[in-house]
Amino acid sequence: MSRLSRDAVLKLAKLSRLKLTEEEIEKFRHELSEILAYVEMLDKVDTKGLEPTYQVTGLKNVMRADKEIDYQAKPKDLLKNAPAVEKNQFKVKRVLQ
Amino acid sequence: MVEKSLDLIDEKLDFDAIISTTRERALKRAAEIDNKAKNGEKIGKLAGVPFIAKDNFLTFGGRTTAASNMLKEFETPYQATAINKLEAEGAICVAKANLDAWAHGSSTENSDFFVTKNPHDKTRVPGGSSGGSAAAVALQMAPFALGTDTGGSVRNPASYCGVVGLKPTYGAVSRSGVIAAASSFDQVGPITKTVEDARILFDAIRGNDSLDATTFFDTQNIPRIAKEPLRIGVLRSLVMKDGIDADMRTSFDATLEKLKDAGHTLVDIDIPLASPALAAYYIINFAEVSANLARYDGMRYGHAASAGGGSASGGRGNTLLDDYINARTEGFGAETRRRILLGTFVLSSGYIDAYYRKADAARAALRREFEKSFESVDVIATPTMPTPAFTIGEKSNPLAMYLEDIFTITANLTGMPALSVPMGSVLRGGKKLPIGIHFTAPHQAENVLFALGAEVY
Repeated sequence: MSRLSRDAVLKLAKLSRLKLTEEEIEKFRHELSEILAYVEMLDKVDTKGLEPTYQVTGLKNVMRADKEIDYQAKPKDLLKNAPAVEKNQFKVKRVLQ
Repeated sequence: MVEKSLDLIDEKLDFDAIISTTRERALKRAAEIDNKAKNGEKIGKLAGVPFIAKDNFLTFGGRTTAASNMLKEFETPYQATAINKLEAEGAICVAKANLDAWAHGSSTENSDFFVTKNPHDKTRVPGGSSGGSAAAVALQMAPFALGTDTGGSVRNPASYCGVVGLKPTYGAVSRSGVIAAASSFDQVGPITKTVEDARILFDAIRGNDSLDATTFFDTQNIPRIAKEPLRIGVLRSLVMKDGIDADMRTSFDATLEKLKDAGHTLVDIDIPLASPALAAYYIINFAEVSANLARYDGMRYGHAASAGGGSASGGRGNTLLDDYINARTEGFGAETRRRILLGTFVLSSGYIDAYYRKADAARAALRREFEKSFESVDVIATPTMPTPAFTIGEKSNPLAMYLEDIFTITANLTGMPALSVPMGSVLRGGKKLPIGIHFTAPHQAENVLFALGAEVY
């Protein structure tokens, strides 16, 4: 098991949109390495010829009638949890600097 | 009943089982149902029965937090299907129970708010992640509670608190309106005082739902099965593993002996993959958790990056990306971040085949082993947990906490139904701690679990 490098942890944090303190980088580097070393026991399991199971029900192409479902939620209910709203829309920061 | 339930919740605040009550709405609904009854209108099978929902069910009448700082202030615009079904039968939600934030944990210590105490010994954990729900039922706050089970989160706290917990077949109960942990494992389950109550509630909440495409069509009542001799498979090799409490084994064997005396047959079986299954479970859990939590961006709902520079992460930034990062860094606790990072790792290009796809293939292999076993037995028995409830803070290493789930995760990996019922208690530090026995059945064979469970407890 290759222990995770500091750079690898920073890359994961970047991909996860999380910011880590110096202390957390070290802590997670250690903990993540330990957990990954543990789960590598799976290497020994023979899965030749088996398709990965992504779901267990065996249901296929479940469709519903193309009808709107009335949740009885009004636009104002959907917007009330947002930090910033303008003209009945979510307001966000500029994308480009 | 509703008022009595609310009074008991107030009386037992020191166990920290409850995050919030839905008092006003509950009393209003109780009055409405009283009126209906007076006028001779139809009031439903559970009319006026109070219940407590884990705080990851979207419910009206207050906030839904998932015990997370991210959703501390969240008010839902719609309710979970399971809640709607219970309300249609006249049941009344009186409070929201504590959990490991986002259902990430096995002890309720990972709640972003507070740690729930075990009703039998306040220095110990109630189990998790539905720890608040199980503690509330054990403390008589309500006749039943709803929990969710991703890797044992209903059965584990049921075992630690001395109550009954059911994880139904995946797809039996709609997940609509339940804040997702790992979507291919999550299943809603009742926590009750008796096996018969679990059966009644399972009947009330299950069924096809157009809002959850994984629910199967199942409108008929499951017939009760007559009391008949069953073949009980005992996963001996897993029970004999290191780290399984000796008193737990003794109690487990005694319970099996009783079942044998009652006419059932015991068969030792082996499922070699039951142990490495834990690794597959956690890989898939991390992957699905990181994907499910990607939606929290601090724009539409949930914690937004705080205004001003007051917070540790610098508050609201200059760009949209800064806001994403700050909202997520402030809103997610340590265990949740750990799982997001691990999930991102196992799904990242270069590692996805070796970790995520390998785990899902192992899942298929595990299910094949279980199905093969079910050719010769009707039900598979283990203890629910390796040990009785541990003390708060005892398992500070995340990996040690994950190993708690060894007996429960296979039901989630295979989608099979499983039930935990109390099988007595063990003495620790002068306190009697409850322990549970765990039965797994093939897909949609909940009736076998209810029949056998009722014989034990």
